[in-house]
Amino acid sequence: MSQDIILKVNNIDVFHGTFQALWDVSLEVRRGEMLALIGANTAGKSTLLDTISGLLHPTKGTIEFEGKDITALPPHQIVELGITQIPEGRGIFPEMTVLDNLILGSYSRKARTKKEQNLKKVYGHFPILEKRKRQTTKTLSGGEQQMLVIGRGLMADPKLMLLDEMSLGLAPIVINELFKALKEIRETGITILFVEQNVRRTLQEAERAYILETGRVTLSGTAAQLREEEQVKKAYFGI
Amino acid sequence: MAGDIFSPIVMGILLGGLYALIAMGLSMVFGVMRLINLAHGDFVILGSYIAYALMTFLGMDPIISLVICMPAMFGIGFAVQKYLMGRAFAISAEAPLIIAFGIALVIQNTNQILWTPLSRGLTTQYSMASFHIGPLQFPFSYLLDFIAAVIVMLALREFLSRTYLGKAITAASQNKRAAHLMGINTNLVYGFAFAIAMLSAAIAGVFLGMTFPFTPLSGTQFLIIAFGVVIIGGLGSIFGTLIGGLILGIAQTLAGALLGPATQMLIVYIIVLVILAIRPQGLFGR
Repeated sequence: MSQDIILKVNNIDVFHGTFQALWDVSLEVRRGEMLALIGANTAGKSTLLDTISGLLHPTKGTIEFEGKDITALPPHQIVELGITQIPEGRGIFPEMTVLDNLILGSYSRKARTKKEQNLKKVYGHFPILEKRKRQTTKTLSGGEQQMLVIGRGLMADPKLMLLDEMSLGLAPIVINELFKALKEIRETGITILFVEQNVRRTLQEAERAYILETGRVTLSGTAAQLREEEQVKKAYFGI
Repeated sequence: MAGDIFSPIVMGILLGGLYALIAMGLSMVFGVMRLINLAHGDFVILGSYIAYALMTFLGMDPIISLVICMPAMFGIGFAVQKYLMGRAFAISAEAPLIIAFGIALVIQNTNQILWTPLSRGLTTQYSMASFHIGPLQFPFSYLLDFIAAVIVMLALREFLSRTYLGKAITAASQNKRAAHLMGINTNLVYGFAFAIAMLSAAIAGVFLGMTFPFTPLSGTQFLIIAFGVVIIGGLGSIFGTLIGGLILGIAQTLAGALLGPATQMLIVYIIVLVILAIRPQGLFGR
């Protein structure tokens, strides 16, 4: 079965200064799927997302998006191509209104033309944001802020969304709501790569997953396969 | 007695407008780039000298000369950010500070060579005129300063809140990483922010030149005033900058009227110190 690969990461090494955070990491994202990246703190998950987004650049290896080499591109050009990262936690513009945060999501040239249309979509997924649109963003609850950053990401009209630890510090009921929204978003044709620490939950939501340990990919496969994997059971479920 | 206080208060309010105008660019550059632009006072004075040159050689009215002065300073600002500050930021947090100090010295000394250390002024008929409130008389140039300050503030606020570029500047100042992720080219945004700060410096320079005589070394004096304004009002807040300017202006003129001219700046800096002690982020700062 041939799969349409939207993003391909080939054997990258990434450094933070002199510290090597990623070692020979490779990964493939298939168009339309919901793919998870699992690992403990400091395993290199966020580093990998930042490298795909162009905030960091690998010293070795390449990254291809829809067949185009994006390894050396700056972040704003990568957003323009259709990759949007939803930063973890409080990745908001705290002193601006909810609406201004959303509008900034449509900053790229391509997204500006679809601003109104995407704004409607965002309010469709998260009606609370429409109610709060005139509010200063820092007054939102943690869950609402997370909805806002996802909504803001949608405003960029992405083909691929990278989500960094969206459930961090949120109540289970809010997390359920967010995952429900993610599934709806994915049904509109947007590919999703998300990072999580909660392995059990992640393997329920994702179709496939990669496991990162101290900067290396140690395992990958379908969620069902990984649930059965001895290594995963031991390391993450304590069985 | 009431008249004794009324007059300095009016003078203080009008003067405060000029101070706010001078401080605006300093506040903006700090708010967006976290850079204390030590050259800001000298950029303002550079604006005064550009207008002076246009007036002396082409007979151009100082306010009309803004048509040339503003784009020139805008261009200089963009270039300084792109070719000097941007690169200095890549080296360390202190490097841009030293570069700014260097720019200040270069502007001061270039002006010394070109214009000699003599004091100059942008003297026009209307800048020498006065207006009356009841029996009291005030310099017309002070009124112009205040009007210019209000116009620039409103224009800046509209620009920052209504345009994509303005929102991007605000966004980059609040969360640079998130701004990157939104596809905002922060280098470009910083270039524009610096250029806009210079635009306001050009306007401040022209109105300052119509109000006070200036020399190549005046920049430092106004940089210190701008610091005071920004400390009182809070960095990065446009409204705070206006209020900071007014407080500083009124404090100065009232102290001058009530305690004698020698105490003017002393009182001003005591107020600055008190505000620093009880509210270090400024009255309207975050």
